Amino acid sequence: MADDLTTDHPPFPVPRGCPFGGPERAAGGDAEPPLTRVTLPTGGTAWVVSGFERVRRLLADPRISSDRRRPGFPHLAPVPVGNPPDETLPMVTLDAPEHTAHRRMFVNEFTVRRMRLLRPRIQEIVDQCVDDLLASGRPADLVQTISVPVPSMAVCELLGVPYTDRDFFKARTQKLLDRSNSAEEMRKGFGELLGYFDELITLKEKDPGDDLLGRAIVKYRDAGRYNHAYMVNTATMLLNAGHETTTNMISLSVVALLENPAQLAELRANPEHTAHAVEELLRYFSVVDLTVGRVATEDVEMDGETIRAGEGVIARPSSANMDPEVFADPHVLDIHREEARHHVAFGHGGHNCLGQNLAREELEIVLNTLFRRVPDLRLAKPADELSYKDTEQVYGIHEVPVTW
Amino acid sequence: MVSNDTVSNDTVSTVRLLVDRERCLGAGRCVLTDPDLFDQDEDDGRVLLLTGPDEEPEVTAAVRRAVQFCPTGALTLSDD
Repeated sequence: MADDLTTDHPPFPVPRGCPFGGPERAAGGDAEPPLTRVTLPTGGTAWVVSGFERVRRLLADPRISSDRRRPGFPHLAPVPVGNPPDETLPMVTLDAPEHTAHRRMFVNEFTVRRMRLLRPRIQEIVDQCVDDLLASGRPADLVQTISVPVPSMAVCELLGVPYTDRDFFKARTQKLLDRSNSAEEMRKGFGELLGYFDELITLKEKDPGDDLLGRAIVKYRDAGRYNHAYMVNTATMLLNAGHETTTNMISLSVVALLENPAQLAELRANPEHTAHAVEELLRYFSVVDLTVGRVATEDVEMDGETIRAGEGVIARPSSANMDPEVFADPHVLDIHREEARHHVAFGHGGHNCLGQNLAREELEIVLNTLFRRVPDLRLAKPADELSYKDTEQVYGIHEVPVTW
Repeated sequence: MVSNDTVSNDTVSTVRLLVDRERCLGAGRCVLTDPDLFDQDEDDGRVLLLTGPDEEPEVTAAVRRAVQFCPTGALTLSDD
């Protein structure tokens, strides 16, 4: 693709200009082209695919690979050097049939029914965090008191992290999402979590126990393909996928509802509608908008363009979720929007979010509990003065000072 | 984009719900959409129909939505 070096493709990503209502369009302008060539921060080029139908079609196409090792994969940040052995790679970077085999090992842990059984524990976690918020001084940072610890403790609950280790776990995840820490401190914190999973999994190998990691160890052993490094990487993947995403959705959802008091009042009066409101909030923010990278393994024709084998493609959930053909007035937050559930905020195709039903549940419980128990919750700083994660791979807010 | 909520009797008699469990990866969106018809297997998380062995599920508006939402194409409608 040497010819690309001489062409002037617009840079990707472009920071979101307005904190609400979705990211800026990749190439600017109102009429977003179906496919755009862009220049990546790592220097290469990729296609950006936009629109509801095209994003879904692309993500369900078997000629489109999630394998981050393939040349042409659209990396947004430099890839760490070294070649981890194939058998240690987590499922996010695998294609069918390997991906399918691994996903089936875990998917029964994330069923709708299994997540409903977790509800009482998630409720206890949220209540504890709200207790901590109310016990802290005013103003308090919603991010560090609610948005970070709720998903952090939910991941502990899911994976089977012992209660005695949860303060350690919570402190490390808080550190990772606190930008006052230096990059060095964050790397150290992440290294400590990796080391923790390594030790925890070593313990569970001796005594698996009745939790997700224990059951997965047994299943993989029974299948004759257990690998320690794989299980550590998978635990880390589940934390990565389930933590920062939900953290940011909690912060953004609370701010969005505080900024829309009429809709918030409706939810307070009808908490059973919050599950639907969560779908609209997921659609509206599309926090995972930049990380849905793929690479073509064969030439793929789409809307008169050809994505050549070996070229990177980025499917933007935000462009699907803001497609006016599907969502009328897409930039308006409307908790009654009938078609809200059509969103692809959890992706589409084989790699659709494994933990989506846990995320739905956490968001619903947090919003209902927080607004019920802290009825006069309000922002201690105007929403347009908050610091949004404009340049980060997962969209969100750094701090949300609140008072009550 | 949203399918019609009304289905004529003619359509009901000819359009069938097809389930390909080999394509299912357990997102559970069908269960959220129509919990009276869809469930997930306890062991592998894949889709199950809560119908009798010889019972053909009615293609309701909710079933059409479940087909649309399915991320992996495990649920489809027959054309004939």
